Amino acid sequence: MIKVTIDDIEIEVEPGTTILNAARQAGGDIVPPAMCYYSKLPGTGGKCRTCLVEVAAGSTADPRPMPKLVASCSTTVMDGMIVKNKTSERVHTNRGGVVEFLLVNHPLDCPICDQAGECHLQDLGYEHGSAKTRYEEKRRTYDPIDIGNKIKLHMNRCILCYRCVHVANQLTDSRVHGVLHRGEHAEISTYIENAIENDFSGNMIDVCPVGALTDKTFRFKSRVWFLKPMEAECSCTKCSGKAVVWMFGNEIFRVTARKDKYGEVENIEDKTAWICNDCRFDKKDTSKWNIIGPRSINRHSVISQGKYKTNMDKGPKKIN
Amino acid sequence: MKYRKLLLENVHIPGIDTFDVYRKNGGYRSVEKALKSMTPDEVVEEVKKSGLRGRGGAGFPTGMKWSFLAKPEGVPRHLVCNADESEPGTFKDRYLMEKNPHLLIEGMITSSFALGANLSFIYIRGEFMYVLHILEKAISEAYANGFLGKNILGSGFDLDLCVAPGGGAYICGEETALLESLEGKRGNPRMKPPFPAVKGLWGCPTVVNNVESIAAVVPIVNEGGDAYAQIGLGRSTGTKLISASGNLVRPGVYEIEMGVSVEEFIYGDDYCRGIANDKKLKACIPGGSSVPILPHYLVTKTAAGEDRLMTYESLSDGGFATGSMLGSGGFIVFDEDQCIVRNTWNFARFYAHESCGQCSPCREGTGWMEKVLHRLEHGHGNMRDITLLEEINKKIEGNTICPLGDAAAWPVAAAIRHFRDEFEWHVNEREQSQKRNYGLITQPSVAV
Repeated sequence: MIKVTIDDIEIEVEPGTTILNAARQAGGDIVPPAMCYYSKLPGTGGKCRTCLVEVAAGSTADPRPMPKLVASCSTTVMDGMIVKNKTSERVHTNRGGVVEFLLVNHPLDCPICDQAGECHLQDLGYEHGSAKTRYEEKRRTYDPIDIGNKIKLHMNRCILCYRCVHVANQLTDSRVHGVLHRGEHAEISTYIENAIENDFSGNMIDVCPVGALTDKTFRFKSRVWFLKPMEAECSCTKCSGKAVVWMFGNEIFRVTARKDKYGEVENIEDKTAWICNDCRFDKKDTSKWNIIGPRSINRHSVISQGKYKTNMDKGPKKIN
Repeated sequence: MKYRKLLLENVHIPGIDTFDVYRKNGGYRSVEKALKSMTPDEVVEEVKKSGLRGRGGAGFPTGMKWSFLAKPEGVPRHLVCNADESEPGTFKDRYLMEKNPHLLIEGMITSSFALGANLSFIYIRGEFMYVLHILEKAISEAYANGFLGKNILGSGFDLDLCVAPGGGAYICGEETALLESLEGKRGNPRMKPPFPAVKGLWGCPTVVNNVESIAAVVPIVNEGGDAYAQIGLGRSTGTKLISASGNLVRPGVYEIEMGVSVEEFIYGDDYCRGIANDKKLKACIPGGSSVPILPHYLVTKTAAGEDRLMTYESLSDGGFATGSMLGSGGFIVFDEDQCIVRNTWNFARFYAHESCGQCSPCREGTGWMEKVLHRLEHGHGNMRDITLLEEINKKIEGNTICPLGDAAAWPVAAAIRHFRDEFEWHVNEREQSQKRNYGLITQPSVAV
């Protein structure tokens, strides 16, 4: 075990842990935000630069500070490393800069975006963004492409985190979409308008930090904060069958995987509980699910608004 | 005048691109010497002694880079030559490969022997297709004469050398993007660490060197590292190819001994012979488009009043406030009729076009800077745009995965630092700025 200090909090972690994961082990508000890193998908991270932190001392053996801010998701800790996240002014300004960059071309159409309420970019903008934009030019737009009848790709909102590319690489047999072009014109696309069709493609929606990939079976049906997330399970041959169903009354509006506080799909029995497309898109009937009870939601989350609190007070209850 | 050519010594000889003529003029001596009388470590030691610094732009000591190469048992090692020369203003490698392809191949053989690599690559820019044919012809000649293939010169050392063309992306000149591209993937730079010396091409330890660095190994092995270190000045040893372009009487590729003064290089009879059409010098970019621009009063003298020399140290004297970098040696000169705002916009456009789009500061920032500079240049700018540019490039610099972000930010930052008057004139005199150029800038009375 090696010792690392993050924002004056000393913790012990396994060698080879990244700064971000060390901070997550310590918990609390010292955890840097991450838009592209996804701990369940090896190879992600390093791209969005929102998790930049300052390393005030490299290690006990070499206590020199690192000259540049480093991406905490891909830098491993050293024994005696001193990391500054929220205590560093430099991190604060540069993270603000990154958020500004992410927002210059992102449409501010949150009122009509299905991701609103559970969008990581919204949270990030709220915390680190500025109230005004300095970008005077026209925002970048893309021609819409159709990637199938279940998933909607809204490329204008994409922040190119590459998570969906990794999902396709790691969960499915063959990836048919990827990043085309480069620089400002880079876009997620299937090559020559191919539909993305395989049993686990729906997980792209769960990993998307913004509203670029949304569920066509749920689009424009309801706002997420009007729905009650309920833990549910079903017997499924393709996946674990452990999911969250989002209900309004006794009607299931959508099904997602179970996500933790960092927006990542939870590990259940040491396996990441990805769900298959059948569970996600086709089982919208309460008879198909064994509903365990309400999902615990952060009290400050916008999802906990509305009627949900009263149900929570009653505690877990078996419906059906 | 000290003037010594090591790399371009024989380029004028007709037929030097054929094996026989090259061999007759002392070619492949370094391969014979290294393979027959030296161990790989001795070759690395000679390169270390020579003080050779990477000629691709960063100036990292080549010998040290080689000694970092991990050597695990049973894992192949690779040497990759970076011939993806795409920096605006730099054209030295193309000239060298075009005129004297066997010099690069000889350097590749000797260097591969030093590193223990049995499969080496020359990654060449896609636009240089005709150079690729020249190199492939030279390689087949080397195979035919037993300098490549199995058991070279009976020493038991095997080497296969391949030329791989890129698709013509600037980003593939970054070493990890180059390796990705060579593996057949999208040319996105990798996260570092692990560095290529530990995990490079197909996960094997790999050294990536510039064409000129590899070519310089030939005279180092032939004449010894100490003799090479005698040439040059201080820690900038040896000779350097400079691609001089812009408003010069005689632009072109020059091989200079490190330590020649910048004044002599621009005005000297052996070099560029001054500014064309009797104009005055306005500004100079000494190391390719990504290094900071210098105004005329800082080109030949440093801020401290000393002569500026063509060395790594002297050109970066004063840091970025009053200095620049030797970089890749793309020496671009501007006369009084050139518009710095337009030039800065042009560079910004290049970087916006060439950004890989992987990390957000570079993807969004380069495009944003290009749009703001476009506004300024075309007479639609505001004063706050100048401050905005400064802030954007502060947010890009150092926050990106690879150095392309820095390379995009530095020229803009330096142009505003030294030519702020000209930028402001573009805002205040919008109509004038569309009709004529600003002309020379005046030196600030207080030293910066």
